[in-house]
Amino acid sequence: MRYTVKTAGDQSIIINFGEQINEQTSQTVQKLSNIIESNGIIGVEEVVLGYTTLLINYVPTKISYDTLLSTIKVLLKDIALTKMEERNTIEIPVLYGNEMGPDLVDVAKLNHLAVEEVIKLHTEPDYSVYFLGFSPGFPFLGGLNEKIATPRLENPRKKVQAGSVGIANYQTGIYPVTSPGGWRIIGHTPIPLFNSNDADPFLLSPGDIIKFKSITKKEYDEIINSRP
Amino acid sequence: MILIFNVIKPGLLTTIQDLGRKGYQKYGMSVSGAVDHYAHRIANILVGNQENAATLEVTLIGPTFKVLETRTIAITGADLTPYLNNCPVPLWRSFTVHEGDILSFQGYRSGCRAYIAVAGGMDAENTLGSKSTDLISEIGGHHGRRLTKGDTIKATNVQANNEKCFARRLSIELIPTYTKNVRVRTILGPQEDSFTTKGIETFLSSEYTVTKDSNRMGCRLDGPTIEHKNDADILSEGLFMGAIQVPQNGQPILFLSGRPSVGGYTKIGGVISVDLPKVAQLKPNDRVSFEIVTLDEAHEKLRKQENIIKILQAGI
Repeated sequence: MRYTVKTAGDQSIIINFGEQINEQTSQTVQKLSNIIESNGIIGVEEVVLGYTTLLINYVPTKISYDTLLSTIKVLLKDIALTKMEERNTIEIPVLYGNEMGPDLVDVAKLNHLAVEEVIKLHTEPDYSVYFLGFSPGFPFLGGLNEKIATPRLENPRKKVQAGSVGIANYQTGIYPVTSPGGWRIIGHTPIPLFNSNDADPFLLSPGDIIKFKSITKKEYDEIINSRP
Repeated sequence: MILIFNVIKPGLLTTIQDLGRKGYQKYGMSVSGAVDHYAHRIANILVGNQENAATLEVTLIGPTFKVLETRTIAITGADLTPYLNNCPVPLWRSFTVHEGDILSFQGYRSGCRAYIAVAGGMDAENTLGSKSTDLISEIGGHHGRRLTKGDTIKATNVQANNEKCFARRLSIELIPTYTKNVRVRTILGPQEDSFTTKGIETFLSSEYTVTKDSNRMGCRLDGPTIEHKNDADILSEGLFMGAIQVPQNGQPILFLSGRPSVGGYTKIGGVISVDLPKVAQLKPNDRVSFEIVTLDEAHEKLRKQENIIKILQAGI
């Protein structure tokens, strides 16, 4: 297992597993995260996943830097033997195009495709949730077909509605909360990704697999109306 | 639960904060919490609370409150000239407010953020294990937002003897002074390799001015451009308190408690824990410069500080 350890201020370290975004590296990050959390190491407060990195926050008065490093080293040895936890597959219904996906036509034009082909290419893959970040429940996904990769908008929107599904270069994602944003919006999901009133407020977790499913306006309205 | 303050004027930005929402950064939540942990913790200790109890974080222009219940309170951090009725009240010291009193702030003197602790702690919305207001997700604290005129703030019932910590004060050598020029100690990394030698020298030899765009998320700094070797982009990774991020324009951003959970730009260094309160008290046009210390030194300073806080806490 190749990795480097870097200090990040005096209360965090970052374990780095390389510079390549891929499924295997992401799974290594997730495994380390799970092992650290399930071991409940005194003095380790929190972990934050990235594409190829795990940030570990620690309390230096409870665990010394050296003890932390040697503990992590031991845990890293177990990673090769650790199986991934069972992965949830979550279907995300999306109403593509029109006012809910104002950039769908441009994504098709820029890639010399028909709108229907963009939808087909976007709904085909199993996307992996590599990690969540940026805003509550925002998934960084792997698996977008390069044929529909599209640059960000030149002028970001001041307001992108929660539930908007977008493309930015080789990434696709869903905005969990309404925020400014420069991704090309191709559709909208009626399923909330973040609900602070729920006991479990996040729909997605690192390691989940998501599938987008194209739905009609009628199906979209039915889901909206069935929500409490 | 009792009603403690009625908001007559909300001030510039007054929010309920504790020591942060821990364990949810991996879902993309900001940790939030008091920007100045030291002032927040001491305020709580002065009124006999656990150090994680919720306080009010007051920014630059203080609020005016009508007191609805007699209680011991303490104000720490920035000096915004606190008054009780027509008399000035001291900072870093507990005192009693009585029903009908008016607590106000008469003007700016030093620092950026003051903390008001009430014996028993603020009673507020506890979301995902914290009462901290997250202004982005609009959760925690008082309906997930800043205080506005007419709000009524609640405190929890006091279990301990209210008189016991009347007029506790912090010894003068433990009271920080806030100046317009601060020098903070940093640990280089995690991406110090992304900068040229000249870039690192610029970072360590220059003064940076805090810009008007600074907020709870971070201090945006303006000064000599810090030179990268190549690219300023990295694969998005976790952000930590005090991280000094340098995007392509070479102007650093110093991240505070309202920061996002991840970021995609190179970080030249991180401010050490014991110096974070200095950064928390910077306001626009203040200046900051950086020097390097070793991790061992940083941890030694932190141990000393934590021992002092432990002794203070035990003294209650």
